[in-house]
Amino acid sequence: MAALYEGFTLCGLVPTQNASDSAIQGIELDGDSDHALVTDSTRSVTLYKVSDQKPLGSWTVKQGQLLTCPAVCNFQTKEYVVVSDNKVIRVWKDEDFNLDRAFKATVSADVWRVHSAPGGEPVVLFQRGAVRLLDSLLSAPQQPIEDVLSEEEVIRWSTNIVAEKQHFVLFTTEQKGEHFLYVQRLNPNTLQKYRLEREDSRSAPLSFSASLRDKHINLLYLYPNGCVYQSVVAARGYVGPEGVQALPRSLRLRLPVGEGELGAASAVALDEAHVAVVGMPHPSARTGKDFLCIWNTNFQTLQAGKEMAGRIHGQVWCYLGKLFVPHGKALSVIPYECQKSSLASALGKLRHAGIAVSKSSVAVPSWNTLLHGNQPQGPAKIVATRKSKLSRKSQSVQALTVDQVLKLIKTGPVDEVQREVEALVSRGDAQDLQLSVGQLACHLVARSQAETTFYTPGALAQLVRTQCLCHSVCPDLLLLALEHKDYFLCQLCLQLFPDIPEVVTCACLKTFISVPDGDVEMVSLEPDSVSFMEGLVVAGARGGQQNGFSPPLFEEDSCDAHHQPKPTQHQDKKNPTLQLEACPVGLHKAVLLNEVLQTPYSDNLLLPHLKDLNTQQVILFLQYLQFVYLKYSQDVYTQTPGLRSPTVTQVIDWVCLLLDAHFTVLVMAPDAKGLLSNLNSFVKSQVKLFSELGKIEGSLQGLHKMKLSKDISQYSIEVIELF
Amino acid sequence: MGELKVHRVRFFDYMPTAIRAMAFNAHTERLALARMDGSVEIFNFTDHYFQEKVIPGKDSRSIESLCWVGGRLFSAGLNGEIAEYDLENLRPKYSLEAYGGPIWTVISNTQGTQLAIGCEDGTVKLFEVLEEHIQFERNLDRQKGKRNSPSDCSLTYRLLVDRGIGGSKSRETVVWSVAFLSDHTVVSGDSAGKVQVWDGHTGTLVKTHLVTKWDVFLPDLAFQFIAPTLHQQDKEWVRTRTFKNHTHDVRALAEIETAIVSGGMDTHLVVRPLLEKFDEKSHASGLRKIHFPHRNLVSCAKKAGLLLFQFPGQLELWRLGDSDGHGKPGDRLPLKWKPEKLLLLKRKGEDHICCSALSSCGGWLAYSTVSSVRIYRLQTDNNISITKVSKLPKVLRSAHQLCFSSDSSKMFAASSQSSVLVIALTQSESWSHSVTFPSPGSRQPIHLMTTSVDGKWLAAANSDCEIHVYNLQKLKLHCIVPVYGSCPSAMGIHPTTNNLTMVHADQQLFEYSIVEKQYTDWSRKLQKQGLHNVWLDRDTPVTHVTFNPKNPNQVVLHDMHMFCIIDQSLPLPDQKTQFYNQMTLRSLSEQERPSHLHAFKICKTFQDLLCVSLLDDQSLVVVERPLLAITSQLPAPVRQKKFAT
Repeated sequence: MAALYEGFTLCGLVPTQNASDSAIQGIELDGDSDHALVTDSTRSVTLYKVSDQKPLGSWTVKQGQLLTCPAVCNFQTKEYVVVSDNKVIRVWKDEDFNLDRAFKATVSADVWRVHSAPGGEPVVLFQRGAVRLLDSLLSAPQQPIEDVLSEEEVIRWSTNIVAEKQHFVLFTTEQKGEHFLYVQRLNPNTLQKYRLEREDSRSAPLSFSASLRDKHINLLYLYPNGCVYQSVVAARGYVGPEGVQALPRSLRLRLPVGEGELGAASAVALDEAHVAVVGMPHPSARTGKDFLCIWNTNFQTLQAGKEMAGRIHGQVWCYLGKLFVPHGKALSVIPYECQKSSLASALGKLRHAGIAVSKSSVAVPSWNTLLHGNQPQGPAKIVATRKSKLSRKSQSVQALTVDQVLKLIKTGPVDEVQREVEALVSRGDAQDLQLSVGQLACHLVARSQAETTFYTPGALAQLVRTQCLCHSVCPDLLLLALEHKDYFLCQLCLQLFPDIPEVVTCACLKTFISVPDGDVEMVSLEPDSVSFMEGLVVAGARGGQQNGFSPPLFEEDSCDAHHQPKPTQHQDKKNPTLQLEACPVGLHKAVLLNEVLQTPYSDNLLLPHLKDLNTQQVILFLQYLQFVYLKYSQDVYTQTPGLRSPTVTQVIDWVCLLLDAHFTVLVMAPDAKGLLSNLNSFVKSQVKLFSELGKIEGSLQGLHKMKLSKDISQYSIEVIELF
Repeated sequence: MGELKVHRVRFFDYMPTAIRAMAFNAHTERLALARMDGSVEIFNFTDHYFQEKVIPGKDSRSIESLCWVGGRLFSAGLNGEIAEYDLENLRPKYSLEAYGGPIWTVISNTQGTQLAIGCEDGTVKLFEVLEEHIQFERNLDRQKGKRNSPSDCSLTYRLLVDRGIGGSKSRETVVWSVAFLSDHTVVSGDSAGKVQVWDGHTGTLVKTHLVTKWDVFLPDLAFQFIAPTLHQQDKEWVRTRTFKNHTHDVRALAEIETAIVSGGMDTHLVVRPLLEKFDEKSHASGLRKIHFPHRNLVSCAKKAGLLLFQFPGQLELWRLGDSDGHGKPGDRLPLKWKPEKLLLLKRKGEDHICCSALSSCGGWLAYSTVSSVRIYRLQTDNNISITKVSKLPKVLRSAHQLCFSSDSSKMFAASSQSSVLVIALTQSESWSHSVTFPSPGSRQPIHLMTTSVDGKWLAAANSDCEIHVYNLQKLKLHCIVPVYGSCPSAMGIHPTTNNLTMVHADQQLFEYSIVEKQYTDWSRKLQKQGLHNVWLDRDTPVTHVTFNPKNPNQVVLHDMHMFCIIDQSLPLPDQKTQFYNQMTLRSLSEQERPSHLHAFKICKTFQDLLCVSLLDDQSLVVVERPLLAITSQLPAPVRQKKFAT
C-alpha cells in the first residue's frame, strides 16, 4: 500500500500576472539530499533546507532580465548553473551573493534547459535540439550550434538520465500535432527519434516522467483523457536504425477524469507499481480536479489521495520520498511511502498452493470498475459519460460492439444475447476483455434479476471462464446462479473467483447440502472434479491399505493395533454403526461440497454464517467430511497432481469450524453421538501422531548433540583405554 | 588391559588418483583397474575383492582403456602405445607404437586372436595377438571425428552404427559411448544425458531414457546402462535402476555377473551387487567400497620413532612428537615437541615408487621402482643427513617388496619370479649380495615379507597364496606353510616365540609355529571354534600385524576401520558373545569385568586407518587418512547439481 503523509509548506508563492502560469519554473536537488533549489518563473533562485523549510540562500538577476530555465546544481563542482534571457549561462557558487558578479557566458543559440544529474556532467539542451556538455560549451561559448529539429518542431519536455556511465538526454517535441521522443546518448553521441502513438483524441500529452529501471528507460506519459501510457526504451547496447521509429506503448492506468478532460495534470512514476498524479479528480469526491493521488498501476487501485487547495498547475516533482507540489499560493512538500501490496494478502486464507501457482494470472478486480462500473442505476450522468468515453476511447472495432452488446443485453432476446456475448468474448483480446467483461456480466445479471425469464447460463459461464471476472466486480452473479440452480456456474465461480465473501460461501454450502441428490446428479459438472470424486469413492472399494496402517478411527487403545493391518470386513464388524464405504452424499453433491471446501475464507468471518445451518445439515456435512478424511488417511490415495482436490488440512479446518459453530447443538443431538465419538478418535490419533513426532524430534536432537565432533588436528597424542 | 598412549597422525597426505579404466576377466574373475597416474591394479573378485597386484605407474604413461585377452592384460593410452603387462614381474612387458595418435580404446574379439584399437585420427587398427607379442594386421576405414568408444562385436557393424546415430544427433550433442549388441541393437549414451536404444537394422530409435541432465559418460550417478543387456524382455529396454555411489564423475564401469563395478574421479572402487541375483542377504550381497590399497604405504621405525610415508613420486620421513604428560583416558596430552618432517626424498626417473622400507633403527632407508633400487644412509640424531649408497650389487635391479632385518644388518628384496635376494651390510656403508632364495614353486610376485626379531627367519608370501619360510642362518628354505585358499593380506613373526601370524583376505587368522612346522594350539582352537561372524563380516582386509614386545600374548592387527589387540591368554569369543564389547566393559565394575573379557579387543575410535604400529616404548602409532580430507582435495565435479536449478 502507498500512503501520503502530512505535508508542509516549503514556501509561499507569488501569484504571477497570468494566473494560468505557475509561479515555479523548476525544483532541482542540491548535492545535499535535504536541499532543494527552487527557481521561480521570473528572476530568482532560492535554496531551501527542506526539513526546516528554511531558505539558505537566494539569488536574483537584475530587473529586466529573466530566468529562462530552472537552476541546476553541478554535482561535480558544487556550482549552480542557470540561464537567463535564453542565451546567458550563469555559473555561481554558494558563497557568491550577487548573481550579476558571477561568471557568465553568452552562447550563440537559445538554450532550452540545462540538465544535471548526480554522477554526470551538466548538459545544455538548445531549443533547436542540439546538446552540449556544459564544460565544452563554456570553453568556447560562441561555437556554432547546429539545428537538429525541423522548422516547426518545438521541445515540450526534457530530462536527463545517467545510467551506469551512460548519459542520456531525453526530450519530446511536437510538430503539427505529432509528438516525438528523442533519445540523445552522450559519449558516444547517438540520437534516436521515436514517434509517439497518436492518441485518438489528438490531444497532446500533459506530462512526461522518465525513470530508469532494470537498464531500461521507462517513459510514463499522461493524456488529458486520463490514460497513462508507458513506453520502454533500452538504455544499453542497442542502437536502432536511423530514422523515426514508432514507440510502442502500453496502457498502465486509465484514470477517472470526471467531467470533461484533464487540464493541468501531471503524473510521475514513484516505483514499478505506483504513480503519483496531480490535478485529477478524486473518484469519490464528485467535484474538483485538485487532488494529488497515488495509484497502483498493477491493481489499478487508488492508494492514497489528498486535496490540494488552490489552483494546481500540473506540476509535481518527486525527490527522495517527497512530492513537491505547487498549488495555490504555496509550494507543498508531501512525504509518501510505497510498499509492495498484494491483493492476496487482503483476501483471507490463500488458495491451495498448487492452484495458486497455476492460476497466478487470475485477473485482479479492478477497483476502478468496482467503484463506478457496476452500479447500473448509480449517479447516472457521470457514469454514463465516463462509460461512453471509455468505450469510445477503446477505439477499436470491438469497443463499438461492446456498446452494442450492452444495448442488446438491455432489451434483446435470450438466445441472441447469448450468441452475441459469446462471439464477443471469443474474439476479444485480453486487455479489452479486462474492461468489458465486468460490464457485460453486470448487465446480464441486472437484466436477469429484473426479468425472471431471462437467464443466459452459457454466456455467464463463458464470462467467468475468461478469468477476468471476480466476485467483487459482479457480486450478484453467484447468488443469481444459486437462485437459478445453475450448479455448474456455481462451481465455476467457486473455482475461479478469488474473493467470494464468507456469507456467500455459506449460502452456497447451505444450498448444496440441502439440495436433493436427484436434482444434482443430472447436472453436468466440471469433469476433472467429478473424476476426482469418483476416484475417491472407488478407492476404498479396492480395499488397498498401506502397509502397516490401520485407520485411526478403528484404533484400539492398545498400540499394537497400529501395526497390524486388519481386513476391512473385520473392522466393519467392529463398528457396525459406520458405513465406511458409502459416501453420505451423492457424487455430484460431493463435487460441489469439495468446491466449497477449497474456497478461501477467514475463520472469524465464516464462523457466524456457519451458525445458519440447521442440525441436519451440519450432521450431514460432518459425515461427509469424515468420509473424506477417512478416505484420505485410509487409502494410499495418490492424488493425481492435476486434479483440484481439497487437502486434508482443509477438511480438518472445516471440521473444526463446524464443531465450533454448533458444538452445543451437536452434543445435545442424539443422532450426532456416534459421529462425535468418531471425531474424538480422529483427534486422539492425531494427538498421538504428533506426540510420537515430538519424541522423534527429541531423539534426533539428541543425535545432533552427540555428533559434536571434536576438532582433530594433524597430530595429537591421546590416551585411550582398552579393557 | 590398560591405558595406551596413542600418536594420532593425520599428516600423511595420501591421495589416490582417479580411476580411468576397468576391465573384468570373467574367466579368472580378476578386475584390472587403471588409474590416472598410469598404475594398474588387479583385484581378485573370488577372494574378497583382494588387491592382488599393483603395477606401479609411470609419468609418461596414460591409460585410456584396458583389455584382457585370456590371462594377458593389454592397455592403450593417450601416449599412442599399446602395452602388454608382465603380471608376474609387475611391469609392462613391451609396448608398441600404434602410429595413430592417442588411443582411446582397445578391445579384443571373443576368440582372443585380434585386438582392435580406436585412435584419435579416427582409424581403427587391428592387431594380431601372437604367443609372445602382438603384430599389426590392418587398418579399417577412417571415420571423421574422434572415436570415443568403439563397441564390441564385429567392427564392420560399427560404421553403420555411427552413421545411424550421426544423422539424428543434434549439433551440440556428443555421443560418448556406443554399445553394439548381438541382436543388432545399438545403445548410445550422449552428452545430453540420454541413453538411447536404436534398432541397428533400420537405424531407428527404439527408446530413449533420459538418465540425467548431464553427460552420460560422466554422470554423478552410475546408471546401470550396461545392465539392461540382462533384462531384455520382448525386445524392450527397461531402465532398471539408478545408483548413486559416487560423489564425482564416474569414469569406468564394468559389469560382472552379479554386480556393477564402478570407479571414477573420487578414486574409490565401488562394487554394487545386483540384489536380484542373490537369494538372501549374505556377505557378497553387500555394497563394497574399496578406498585404500591393500598394502602398506607407511613404514615405522619402532626404535627411532620415525615414520616413512610412501607416495608414488616421493618419500616423506617424519619424526613423531612427544609428550611427557600423563592423562586420563580420553585426554589429549600436551606436546613436548611437535612432529617434524625430516626429509622429503623425490624419486629419480619416470617410474613411480613401488615399495619402500625403513630400518627399525632409522638408519637406513630403501625404495624401489620397476627400474632401480636405491638405499640411503640416514643420520637423524642432530644434523639430518642422507647419503645414497653408491655401490649396490648388480643383481638388485628392482624389488616388489623391501624389508630390513631388525638389527639392520641385512636387507631383503622380493625380486623377479618370486625369488628373494638377501643383501648384507658387509663393512660400514657397503652392501653386497649374499644369497638368492629362488622360489620353490610359484612364480607369482611376492607381496608380503617379514623377518623375525632374532634374525633367524624370513617369511615371504606371494599372490599364489604361498608362504615360504627361509632360515637365514642356514640360508635355505625352511618350510612352506600349508597353502590356504585365500591370499594372505598381512603377516608377522612373533618376537619371542617365532610363531608366524597370518591374516588372509577372507579374514581368517592362523598362527603357525615356524620351529615346530605346525599350526599352534591356539590357532587350532581358534579354527575349531571358528571366528566370530562380526569379525568375518568386516569388508576391509587386515593390512598389518605387529606384536607387543612386553606382553608376548598380545598381537596388534588393523584394517581400515578398526584396530584390534588379540590377547591369546583370554578366552575366544563364541558366536553368542558380544563381539564389540569395549563399551560394555567400560560400564562394568572392576569385579564384573573379567567374566566378560574375550580375546579380541577392538577399538574403533580411529577411522580410515593406513597404519597402526606399536613402538618400542609401548605407545601406539595410528596413521589416519580421513576420507573427507581426500574428497575435499578432489577437483570439483564437472557439473554439480545445485539446489532448485
